[in-house]
Amino acid sequence: MENNKIKIEFLSYSENEYIARGFVSVFASTFNPSVSWLSDVKTAVSEGVTNCIVHAYPNEIGKIILELEVNNNYLHINIYDFGVGIDNVNKAIEPFYTSKPNEERSGMGFTIMQSFMDDVKIESALNKGTSIFMCKKLLNSVEE
Amino acid sequence: MDIKYTVSNNNLTVFVYGELDECSASQAKNILDRIINDNLNSQKVIFNLSGISFMDSTGIGLLIGRYKKLIKHNVPSYIAGATPATEKVIKLCGLYNIMPKY
Repeated sequence: MENNKIKIEFLSYSENEYIARGFVSVFASTFNPSVSWLSDVKTAVSEGVTNCIVHAYPNEIGKIILELEVNNNYLHINIYDFGVGIDNVNKAIEPFYTSKPNEERSGMGFTIMQSFMDDVKIESALNKGTSIFMCKKLLNSVEE
Repeated sequence: MDIKYTVSNNNLTVFVYGELDECSASQAKNILDRIINDNLNSQKVIFNLSGISFMDSTGIGLLIGRYKKLIKHNVPSYIAGATPATEKVIKLCGLYNIMPKY
C-alpha cells in the first residue's frame, strides 16, 4: 500500500483528543513505526487538536477535521478547524507565547509540533478557521 | 488518569498515572492542589511521572502551575521517572531548569 488517505471529523470535546491520538496510532500501525516515532506523531496531533479545542472554539463546540495521508514515504497530518482563527500566526508560534496568560498554558504547542514533525505550515483566517499541515518522514525511509 | 502520593521523611512524592492532556488536566490540577495544600509543610515535592503513558504541553503547563504554587511556599519541586517520550517534551520545554530531575 504505497498511498493511503483517511480522515475523520469530530467535535471539539477534549475527550476526543484521546480518540484522535488513537486514530493516528492505528493508521500508523500499518507501516510499523518505532515507539519514539509514533510518540512524536501522537504528541504533535494532540497539540494541534488542543489548539482547536482551547483556542479555535473557546466558547462553543465546533467541528475538527483530522486528515492523514501516507505518500512518498511521508506521513502527512492535516488538522482543520472552523473557529475564530489566529490573529498573528508568527506571534502564536513563538515558544512560550500564549494568548491565555491567565490560564496555566505552556505556550509550547506549535514549538512541539515543529520540533516533533519534519515540517509544519499554518494557515489561518479570522473568524474562518485555522489549518495545520504537518508531515514526518516514515522511519524505514530514513534508514535507507 | 490517576494520582497517588506518599509522604516520607517530610518529602511528598506524587505519582501520576495514565494520560495527561487537555481532557484530564483540570481534574489532575484539582487533585494535585488538594494533595499539595494538605502537605505544604513538605521539604520538597517529587512528581513521579513513571506511570504516565502520554503527556503533551498541557501537562507541562499543569506542572509549571504546581511549581509556581509550591515555590510561593518555598517548597522546591522535582521530577522523577519520566519515560523517554515524556522526557522529550519536558526537555524541549526546559522544565528541568525549574523542576530538576530527581
